[in-house]
Formats: sequence, structure tokens, C-alpha cells
Amino acid sequence: MDAAFPPGADVVTETATVDGVRHLLETVTDPEIPVLTIADIGILRDIECFEDGRVSVSITPTYSGCPAMEAIREDIVATLTDAGYVTEVTMVFDPAWTTDSMTDEGRRKLAGFGIAAPRSLLSVVDEVLCPQCGSSASREVAPFGSTACKRLMVCTSCGEPFDHFKEI
Amino acid sequence: MRTVTTDTPLGTYLVRLADDNLVLGQRLGEYIAHAPELEEDLAIANTGLDHIGIARHLYGLAGRVEGDGRSEDELAMLRSEREFTNALLVEQPNTDFAFIMVRQFLFDAYQVPLWTLLSESANSELAGIAAKGAKEATYHLRRSSSWIVRLGDGTDESHRRVQAAVDGLWRYTGELLESDDVEAELVSSGLIAASSDLSAAWEGTVDAVLEEATLTRPADRFQLSGGRSGIHTEHLGLLLTELQWMQRSHPGLTW
Repeated sequence: MDAAFPPGADVVTETATVDGVRHLLETVTDPEIPVLTIADIGILRDIECFEDGRVSVSITPTYSGCPAMEAIREDIVATLTDAGYVTEVTMVFDPAWTTDSMTDEGRRKLAGFGIAAPRSLLSVVDEVLCPQCGSSASREVAPFGSTACKRLMVCTSCGEPFDHFKEI
Repeated sequence: MRTVTTDTPLGTYLVRLADDNLVLGQRLGEYIAHAPELEEDLAIANTGLDHIGIARHLYGLAGRVEGDGRSEDELAMLRSEREFTNALLVEQPNTDFAFIMVRQFLFDAYQVPLWTLLSESANSELAGIAAKGAKEATYHLRRSSSWIVRLGDGTDESHRRVQAAVDGLWRYTGELLESDDVEAELVSSGLIAASSDLSAAWEGTVDAVLEEATLTRPADRFQLSGGRSGIHTEHLGLLLTELQWMQRSHPGLTW
């Protein structure tokens, strides 16, 4: 799944910086959960900047079947190309992404968006909190929700249904 | 035995795993909008996506391992029935919901120990793909097991249907745990686990769930195989005709 640098693309003379590219990529979000940037989700693995202005970005897939990965790859290329950088995006698999790769900031944004954040895989005491009322009393309605990464829950305190980002 | 191979044993092995997942993903896709309730439709669609996603990663890796640059699309869309090496179980056509859940359950019970062992592979890319696969398969198994129990220990009619599905599919299960020469070389170099090493975990899961579901384990006597060497049941050709039609009719077509 390696993407080669586009042939014949103009190479700009300005060299990108890792921080600069990271800043530009803050506008690249998950098309299905638009409040999360790729850094929030933890799928942005590495940024490499070359002297001739080329940029190489590595990302890792979340769920194997996540259809958003293709869109994210295209968004990265479009964003950095607009900024004048010839860009390559590489998919890396090792180590596998887990929901623990999601940042605390990402978890907060997710809850604010109405989706219960994944619990830490290291903790056995965390409970799924209703993103509407904060109650820990909830039950599963279905093991899959609107996307592969979520399941459908209902809060037994306030009665609102909600999506829970499943831990993997 | 006739063996369908790519240029390398690892490529051959990866294509087998990918074919299993692509074919089952396609079968699940066919069933979308036919499940008994909306939540199950979503579950079937999402499970199918997981299978197709992992197939894509494996085809991609197989192409890189082979070294002659076959893309995931070429591997999925431009091989004929005799070049597909999926297990016979996953190509069996959809009938009723009980049948679909039993096919899924028997496969999930195999995928969980498979990915768990492969996550220790000396090939780090395969290990990474497998580590994710293990978590997804565990989730799939949780759902399929709960349906087997619910249907088996449900009404007389649901029990009858799920037992008929177990009886009908049992003949395809032995093949999942068969090892061959392609595997032997890879096992000795620490790249994969032998399929026969998965049997204890598979048997344990299947026996426990069948018992809880009040279902009877069929006798092992009659087992079919041939999928790993490209000899399929009549159903795979029809599946591939639908899957590959667009790419065969309009070569090189892209979105």
C-alpha cells in the first residue's frame, strides 16, 4: 500500500519542518468523527521532511475495515500539496493501533460530540459514561453501531441512546 | 496434492488467509438488508467490512513479499476460481440466519487462535496485521457465540435450524486445521503457526458453545477439503463472477 511520490511533481525549494507539517495536519480529521484529528486518534505515526521539500507521512489503520482510511490518506496528500509539499503517505502496521493510542484531548472531544470514549485497556474499573448525563448506568443495545468502531448503548438513567467507541 | 502457489511460500500462505476473509466478507455483503433486524444488518455489514479490510492488508503484504508487484486489486479481482485458496467453509452460500451465524461462528473460533499466534510472527508486518485481527475476531466470536446459544437454546424452530446448519457445515471444518508443505517451511522459520496447532483452541471453543446452546456436535467422519489447493465447491465460481464482473468487463477501472 506504499504510495510513491507523484511523478513529475514540482519540487518546492522550501524545506518543510516536522512541526510545520504537524500543524498543517491538525486540519485533517476523521470523516466519520469530524471532531477528531488524525493526531487525536493516534493514527499519525511519523512525519519525515526531506531537504528538497518532499514530505513523508506514516499512518496506521484503526479497524482493519475502516473505510475512512482512504479518505484520510487523500486528505493528507491534498492538505500538504496545497501547502506546496510533494507528499507520500505510507501505511504502517506494526505495532497495531489500539484505542489506548487515542489522546486525552481526543477522548474529551469524542464525549463532547456525543460518543462515549473508549476505556483504557489497562484499567478494569473504568465504566462507560453516558455522554449526555455522565451516568455509568448503561446497557448494550447492539454490538455494532453506525461504524465498525462503535457499538450502540442506551443510558438507563436518562434513557438516551448513544454510541460507544469500542476498545480494541 | 495440487498446490496453488505464488512465487514464495509466505506469499502463498498470505493469499490463503486473505482469500478466506475476502470470500466471507463478500458473502456477508450479499446478506445486507436481509437480516432479521436492523441491528443485525449493521453487525453483518461491519463484520464483513472487517474481513474485507484485513484481506486488503494481507493481499498488499503478499504483493510486497512476492516482489513482482501484484497489487491487492489484481490479487482479488484477476485470479480465477482455481487460483483462489480459501477454505470451503467460507464460500458456502447464504441460506437462513442460523446458517450464516454458524458459518461465522465456526470461522471465528478458528480466526481467534490463528491471529493470536500470528501476532508473534517473525514478519513484523504480519504480526501487526494479526494483532489487530485477533482483537476484531474476538469481538466477532463474542457476537456469533451469543447467537448460537440464543438460537440453539431458543425455540424448537430456532434449535432445529441451527442444528441443521451445524450438521450441514461440519464437513467443511476439518480443512481449517489441515497443515501442508507450504506451512511446514514457514513454521520452521518462525513466520507462522501450523494450522494443526490451532485445533485445541478451536475444539475447546466449539465444544463449549455447542454444549451451552444445547446442540449436538456431529461425528467427524466425513470431511471435505480442497480449497487450499484451488478445488472448490460449485459456489465459489458464482461468487467470483459477481465480485469480479466490473473489473473483468472494464479492465483497469478505478473509482
